Amino acid sequence: MTDPLPQPALPESIAARFAGLDVSAFRGQTRVVVPAAEAHGLLAALRAEGFDLLVDVTCVDYLEYRGATRRYGLVYLLASTGGGQRLTVRVFLDDPQPAIPTVVDVWPGAEWLEREVWDMFGIRFEGHPDLRRLLMPEAFTAHPLRKDYPLQGRGERHNFPVLTRDEG
Amino acid sequence: MSIAPSDHDTRRPADAREEDYLWTLNFGPQHPATHTTLRLVLKLEGERVVDAMPEMGYLHSGFEKIGEHLSYNQYVTVTDRMNYISPMANNVAWHHAVERLMGIELTPRCKVIRTIVAELARISDHLLCNGAVGLDTGAFTFFLYAFYQREVIYDIFETLCGARFTNSYTRVGGVSQDFTPLVVEKIRTFLRTFPKTLDDMERLLTRNRIFVDRTKGVGVLSREEAIAHGATGPVARASGVTRDLRKDEPYLAYADYDFQVCCASAGDCYARYLVRMQEMRESLRILNAAIENLPAGEVNVGIDERVARPSKWQVYSTIEGTISHFELSMANRGFEAPHEESYAAIEAPNGELGFYVVGDGTENAYRARCRPPSVLHFALFPRLIRGHTLSDVVAVLGSLNIIAAELDR
Amino acid sequence: MALELPENVVVSRLDELANWCRKNSLWPMPFATACCGIELMATGASKHDLARFGAEVFRFSPRQCDLMIVAGRVVMKMLPVLQRIWLQMHEPKWCISMGACASTGGVFDTYAVVQGIDRFIPVDMYVPGCPPRPEQLIQAIIDLQDKIQAEGTITGREFGTRQRQARKRALVEALGPTGVDAARNPVVQRDLRLALQDSPSRPSAASPPR
Repeated sequence: MTDPLPQPALPESIAARFAGLDVSAFRGQTRVVVPAAEAHGLLAALRAEGFDLLVDVTCVDYLEYRGATRRYGLVYLLASTGGGQRLTVRVFLDDPQPAIPTVVDVWPGAEWLEREVWDMFGIRFEGHPDLRRLLMPEAFTAHPLRKDYPLQGRGERHNFPVLTRDEG
Repeated sequence: MSIAPSDHDTRRPADAREEDYLWTLNFGPQHPATHTTLRLVLKLEGERVVDAMPEMGYLHSGFEKIGEHLSYNQYVTVTDRMNYISPMANNVAWHHAVERLMGIELTPRCKVIRTIVAELARISDHLLCNGAVGLDTGAFTFFLYAFYQREVIYDIFETLCGARFTNSYTRVGGVSQDFTPLVVEKIRTFLRTFPKTLDDMERLLTRNRIFVDRTKGVGVLSREEAIAHGATGPVARASGVTRDLRKDEPYLAYADYDFQVCCASAGDCYARYLVRMQEMRESLRILNAAIENLPAGEVNVGIDERVARPSKWQVYSTIEGTISHFELSMANRGFEAPHEESYAAIEAPNGELGFYVVGDGTENAYRARCRPPSVLHFALFPRLIRGHTLSDVVAVLGSLNIIAAELDR
Repeated sequence: MALELPENVVVSRLDELANWCRKNSLWPMPFATACCGIELMATGASKHDLARFGAEVFRFSPRQCDLMIVAGRVVMKMLPVLQRIWLQMHEPKWCISMGACASTGGVFDTYAVVQGIDRFIPVDMYVPGCPPRPEQLIQAIIDLQDKIQAEGTITGREFGTRQRQARKRALVEALGPTGVDAARNPVVQRDLRLALQDSPSRPSAASPPR
């Protein structure tokens, strides 16, 4: 996979409007780091610029990552259905109360992806129409993909009544 | 005895509200037509669906958390259980992403082998998906035809790697077993016999009046909605989105083959069925070209890359092979991934299946995010079903091909 | 006085006859959640044909079934559903735990996956494999038929009592710090109450072993 796909850098109109963004590339993928306050504006501008497909919204918890200074790194993967281009937008957030404006108004498909990030990482998306847990039960209190949550959980999986033959 | 219209008074009192005539139906999580564990709460007016509230998580098993505790080669066993309709495609997707992160270039033979197994997985996925749509709309024979052919593909995979469908076939920088002449022979036999069954299946269902009536115009997804909601794969292509990663960003050996991207413009269940049927034919074209032009040579990357296990001959006869085998086998040695992160995706049978992998210098991923196509397709469901009848729920669900294990991970 | 019977009359015990009837017309309730469900479908479909063993009538309504086949991992959100469906099935009923995940949690030793359904519902037959081949499932059904013939379930009491099951479960963690609020969760409270009543360390007036 060493042959990099043809990847353009940021479109010029975006680069002009949002000055001072940290743009980098790795294995042919362009990445942009944007402050949380400007994220919504940049993403909306990118959509208007042709990145019409929101491929994924996810997050990485950098709690134990060597060299990391911020705790949460949101990842927005964008693509254009016409030109086959891709772009990764990164937003870094910190404890306590990590929060960012939602992009559901830009891509309606972001609704469930953001719900999943809320469920797994506890990042609040402000303005989200229906920010409930997506995968875990409503009674669950932790955010399992955070690095300080153990793999085997904290015993929630054993909290059920036992049915025996007599009760059947 | 029939009831005259006047006997059956449907007039509503003047003070009635619309909500008084709605009723709620719970559908799932254990229901024959969901095929998997997902749940819908349907709001109905008589038989007409007013709204649907999908709910998921009934099979959430923490795949992404496990990914942080298993090495890059071990995690492939877990990806098998992700979309268990086409596990080979998941294997290929996972190691495609890992190799993108590490910057490994596969050997030509490995690329073609992975292409072949991924296309076989596509056929077996589409067989099950269309078979299940047939089953839910009353065409049981079609389902049995489809399942018989799936058994043939299972048999090929079993000959190849010993497991019917939890294959765990790929490895970083290669695959676990090379193709043997018997495997090639079995694939050739399949390619010879399958088109006839596919013709039979088309004859059974494609112009079947009942099936067409139940699927045509049902669950229409427009092109704009498909893009705005992140639909990919056959669901998007049936709505006119001409996006296929095999063409747009050719990976593996897809650039070498002549095939067409199958699209439709109607965007209904019938269009999704047709796109899947046609994609199987295109997969057959790819497979025919690939199996007849299988390159010779090594299947795994060389010793110098220090990621794939050397062959037995190399371990016993060369010092580099011995050292490399020792390094890769010992605990806490293994290979190292860069302290970086990247995303790579393949065109899985269900849509864009990608992994966002964060490497931290060890042989475990720091984060292994899977981008599942099913989640975005399932989120579309309420839009597709509004205004249709209760019996259309199963047709729409089937045509979206939602696999709970991929949905919930 | 010896009673002379005609040649075409067979004498048997009533429950043996009932068991013979039951074992040859099992109606499975396929609780298929994950990959094992695909093998379960394959077992019922063209090649392996479960009808040869009288168990092909898959019914998704628990009221009609007497054999629950749990195929695939069961997770936190799904377990209450499983228990409810089990309670909805009528006696006599049996349960096959198909595959490593249903029996032990399998490779999924994670926060969300129940580590074996036998912690929470009774299980009669375990099928190993990940996933088991259709032949293994068929073998399990044949074995279950033998078991039904031998034991029957007129009352269901012969299969294991609360004491036998209580030892299996791990309730230690329910007492510790949990994500679920144990003090206010009625389900947990009931569970704890039952556990304290029937903890294996307490001498109990158990019936003599069969």
